[in-house]
Amino acid sequence: IDLASQIVRIATTLKVENAGGDPVSEVLFAFPDHQAKNLALLVATTTEGKGKTKSSGGSLPIEAVHPEGMPPALTWYTVSLPKGLGKGESLTLDIMAVFSHLLRPFPEKITQGDIQLVVFQDSAHYLSPYEVKRQSVRVKLPEPKVESYTKLEDTKFSGSEITYGPYENLPPFSYSPIAVHFVNNKPFAVAKELVREIEISHWGNVQVTEHYTLLHDGAQSTGEFSRLDYQARPQVKGASSFSNLVAMLPPRAHSIYYRDEIGNISTSNIYGDSTKTLLEIEPRYPMFGGWRTSFTIGYGLPLHDYLFHSEGKRFLKIFFGCPMNEMVIDNLIVKVVLPEGSSDISVSVPFSVKQGQETKFSHLDMVGRPVVVLEKTNVVPEHYQHFLVHYKFNSLSLLREPLMLISGFLFLFVACIIYHHADLTISKSSASYLAKLQWDEVQASIQQVLNIINRCIATHDKVEASLRDLSRTGDVQACKAARKAADNLWKELSKDLKPLLAFLQSSPQAVQILPKVEELVAKERELQERIMSKHSTVVDCYEKKSSGRDIDNRVASIQQKITALRQEVDDLIEVIDEI
Amino acid sequence: MVGKVEAVNGGVKPTTTTPASSETPADLAPPAFSFRALKLKTKQQELLIRVTILCLVYVLAFIARLFSVLRYESMIHEFDPYFNYRTTLYLTQKGFYEFWNWFDSESWYPLGRIIGGTLYPGLMVTAALIYWTLRFLRFAVHIREVCVLTAPFFASNTTLVAYFFGKELWDSGAGLVAAALIAICPGYISRSVAGSYDNEAVAIFALLLTFYLFVKAVNMGSLAWALASAFGYFYMVSAWGGYVFIINLIPLYVLVLLITGRYSMRLYVAYNCMYVLGMLLAMQIRFVGFQHVQSGEHMAAMGVFFLMQVFYFLDWVKYLLNDSKLFQAFLRITVTCAVVVGAVALGVGTASGYISPWTGRFYSLLDPTYAKDHIPIIASVSEHQPTAWSSFMFDFHILLFLFPAGLYFCFKRLTDATIFIVMYGLTSMYFAGVMVRLILVATPAVCLISAVAVSATIKNLTQLLRAKNKAAGPGKGATSVKASSKASLDQSLPFQRNGAIALLVGAFYLLSRYATHCTWVTSEAYSSPSIVLAARGAYGNRVIFDDYREAYFWLRQNTPSDAKVMSWWDYGYQITAMGNRTVIVDNNTWNNTHIATVGRAMSSYEDEAYEIMRSLDVDYVLVVFGGVTGYSSDDINKFLWMVRIGGGVFPVIKEPDYLVNGEYRVDKGAAPKMLNCLM
Repeated sequence: IDLASQIVRIATTLKVENAGGDPVSEVLFAFPDHQAKNLALLVATTTEGKGKTKSSGGSLPIEAVHPEGMPPALTWYTVSLPKGLGKGESLTLDIMAVFSHLLRPFPEKITQGDIQLVVFQDSAHYLSPYEVKRQSVRVKLPEPKVESYTKLEDTKFSGSEITYGPYENLPPFSYSPIAVHFVNNKPFAVAKELVREIEISHWGNVQVTEHYTLLHDGAQSTGEFSRLDYQARPQVKGASSFSNLVAMLPPRAHSIYYRDEIGNISTSNIYGDSTKTLLEIEPRYPMFGGWRTSFTIGYGLPLHDYLFHSEGKRFLKIFFGCPMNEMVIDNLIVKVVLPEGSSDISVSVPFSVKQGQETKFSHLDMVGRPVVVLEKTNVVPEHYQHFLVHYKFNSLSLLREPLMLISGFLFLFVACIIYHHADLTISKSSASYLAKLQWDEVQASIQQVLNIINRCIATHDKVEASLRDLSRTGDVQACKAARKAADNLWKELSKDLKPLLAFLQSSPQAVQILPKVEELVAKERELQERIMSKHSTVVDCYEKKSSGRDIDNRVASIQQKITALRQEVDDLIEVIDEI
Repeated sequence: MVGKVEAVNGGVKPTTTTPASSETPADLAPPAFSFRALKLKTKQQELLIRVTILCLVYVLAFIARLFSVLRYESMIHEFDPYFNYRTTLYLTQKGFYEFWNWFDSESWYPLGRIIGGTLYPGLMVTAALIYWTLRFLRFAVHIREVCVLTAPFFASNTTLVAYFFGKELWDSGAGLVAAALIAICPGYISRSVAGSYDNEAVAIFALLLTFYLFVKAVNMGSLAWALASAFGYFYMVSAWGGYVFIINLIPLYVLVLLITGRYSMRLYVAYNCMYVLGMLLAMQIRFVGFQHVQSGEHMAAMGVFFLMQVFYFLDWVKYLLNDSKLFQAFLRITVTCAVVVGAVALGVGTASGYISPWTGRFYSLLDPTYAKDHIPIIASVSEHQPTAWSSFMFDFHILLFLFPAGLYFCFKRLTDATIFIVMYGLTSMYFAGVMVRLILVATPAVCLISAVAVSATIKNLTQLLRAKNKAAGPGKGATSVKASSKASLDQSLPFQRNGAIALLVGAFYLLSRYATHCTWVTSEAYSSPSIVLAARGAYGNRVIFDDYREAYFWLRQNTPSDAKVMSWWDYGYQITAMGNRTVIVDNNTWNNTHIATVGRAMSSYEDEAYEIMRSLDVDYVLVVFGGVTGYSSDDINKFLWMVRIGGGVFPVIKEPDYLVNGEYRVDKGAAPKMLNCLM
């Protein structure tokens, strides 16, 4: 009997012999009712062979039965043996029973400085419907400190172990009560409820979220709590309390968080290596007897460690119980949230659980994600085992959410474009609306005028460039050709300009801007003339083969004017642009 | 972040960059041609740059406020926000109708509090709407995240409003500068970091929006804008008690316009529509109710409203009567009558009690010494203290120098809009001097006026530079450089160009210092949630003191769900929100007597205190002691205020009993009454 923590583990090794005639295929055994109702796990295995060649077989099926004619207040279980036990044959059975809430604190109320004492009651004799030839009990304690224990004959107390027996030739149903009253300051952390949510994202993550509602189920704390004393000597002034819990998370766990309803809890640490991730968390306050707290931890796991394919189906293989060390869970709810669009869901769990289904809505869900809900009461660390969830899922559904987002933005932009281009004026005949329309037209035509002017100026530049070419190459013909092209262009442009100017003159909206535009056009024309005269002068000079200095002298006065005009034109363009 | 701000400031004058490119060409023709091609789209370019800057400012305003989330976590800060968070939670869970009719029995035990009728619901409704919208769009966010990010989100929106306001006041350049300044101004950040989920967070947005819309309405004379400003006012009323500032400033502004002879039809339309509709809408808020027609604080608006009508009437009569003498006589009679009728109405109203007199808070705003003598509960709050110079410097930095410069520019170009901003700036500066927390109200005005200064200065300087460039630019390429440069040199003062460059560099240096300062202040001073304390450990590591939440969570988990907790009122909201337990008094200090009872219990001998607490059904008492960690704002520190407030109602409690020779001591030399009281 292992009493080293709040959980009681009774490992029974039975060597069963068939003393009767008929082959036996079942073995009966019993626990008293007060123990049986706290039974969390019961596993029976057989070991075959002896000594070093021992090999343990698989676990055997166990059933609760109600045989007749047995004493009351006992709960019966039967183990089906792998093969019938013939006459005189024997077999070794290992029965592992795990109990929670079996240790009763006594006294039930203690103060801050007290240590916690608990009582354990059992029988020194093995409770069995069969005759017991030889039997002994060993009780393992957490510390070598015992308040009292039942002293029978053949009782030994050494270190932190009490041994009863061996007793021989006990009749069926022999019972010899024992009680051990001992110090147990191990954390009596009991999760009243634990909701684990395992959410699968096919983008590569398994998100596990665990909501704990925790209770210190040891001796109730009474009297006052002095934080100062606790801070100064936590070992003495808080022996019965616990301040931290350790969770053994799977390796490669990432994005770990630890928080509760009112925010993040800053007291936690992570240590990790390649085989596991250790998360050490401290609740907001040290937990004394009877105190409660609640918190949430969450972490992400890489998907490829837990999700596999087989025969067109996918299956998730992940742990069922809770990763906390030595914690008892009264009510465990495991929810597996599958991706939206999963179908054909089936679950296989190595022990009996209550199953259900619900739907969860998360980011960008239309129909909701299917959730498998598994419920189990009275869970101990031994339940930390794998379970499987099979389902079908089409990989193309993955693209649905990004596509939804993209189309959402697309619609937004399209709506903006439509709004920008649509005319939403209610009264199409109102004065201000008409004025606005006219103003738009005026602006458009001014823009056109500006375009034309700019093209003119570009042509000026071309002519100037041709002049520079001339000075470099002396090719008079090319220069003349450029001049001709420019002349043609100017003519066309001035033709284009006429209707626009006429429109501007007729429009009442353009009254303010019209003088500027006209000035601009006039100046531009002047500039044009100047450049032409400059051009002809220079070409003339070249034809007469005058010296460079001579040309410069003749052109200088024109050049100065051109520069001034150019400046004015630029200024005007800018002014009009700003209107 | 600093770099970005500088970019923002630097980009304010987008056109300054273009002339620079005209300077470069050594070989003329091709670059000049491409420059022309670019020049075609100057408008679009400017628009693009403007929109980009605005977007950057928008994002910047948001992320500058996220320091607290990065340093700590996504959590609600301070005291009042916890109440807002709790009510928002209730609103999202139970729906609007339940929220409106909520009687909260968890606070002010045994009186309870009618939540729906005693709060400004704007903030909660806003957050709930954002939450519902996101939910509708299938984003499974938690309401806490929405609440935490509401303040930064609205701060970003405020920058947009500031841009439009600046544009309305001066030009789009000033608008951009205003947006950039307000985005990181510490005075505003202090109330709008992520997690400070308080009324002010949305109220400043609403305040500026209302003002902007009203100024726009006055400028345009358009009914639509006036209507919009009425709705802005409604939103402001629903969000914060500071709406009283609007309803007094706008009439004052209108009055000034009337006096300075700027009365116009535009003003008439804008003010009447805004006032009448705004008043009717504001009455829909239960907490405000009929105050607009009954309380003294709102009478100025009504008086100005009637004055407007008289003005209009006179205008009409003047139009009808061509004889000026007759009109003078008529004017005298009407004005006298109007004044007499107004005075009589006010007098009768006040005497009969129909119009309530000004409240203490209002008085304390106008007269800084009032609260100290009459209402200790207002004086006991640190954010109600008069402002020190250092905190002006801390919150405004260079804006403090730019503010007068901006005023100068505003006076130089007086329009209806600049008159408004000048009045807003001056009045709010006065109030900021009276109360620390009202720096917040002054911030937008200060930013706008400073933006005018910055924008106008930089514009002048760059114009100077550009004029030079223009003259020099084409001259370089041409043959006669000497002539043109001579001409331009003659016009200007010596060293003007260099001076302008130096001043520009100086201005940008100042602005970049401002950006650095703001970032520093935000990260160091204003991003602490105050419920979690952080300190540097001996080895430079961060130590987090989370004792408040530890206590609240213990209360939440380990006390009976109907337990009553007595604490000083500061912690009331947090206990109800985080501890989920009933409290006796909380931060909504509506019942002075109740608070005084708690103060009395805290400062009485233990046996007397026990009697008082039994009568209040108290199960637990929460006191904060910071002696171990050296936390200074604990209950011992606040104790004298408990004595003062308790003594204000129960004369049994006398302040001198707790002092030794006029000194406040808490060691063993303390007064005997002090040593033996509950605290």
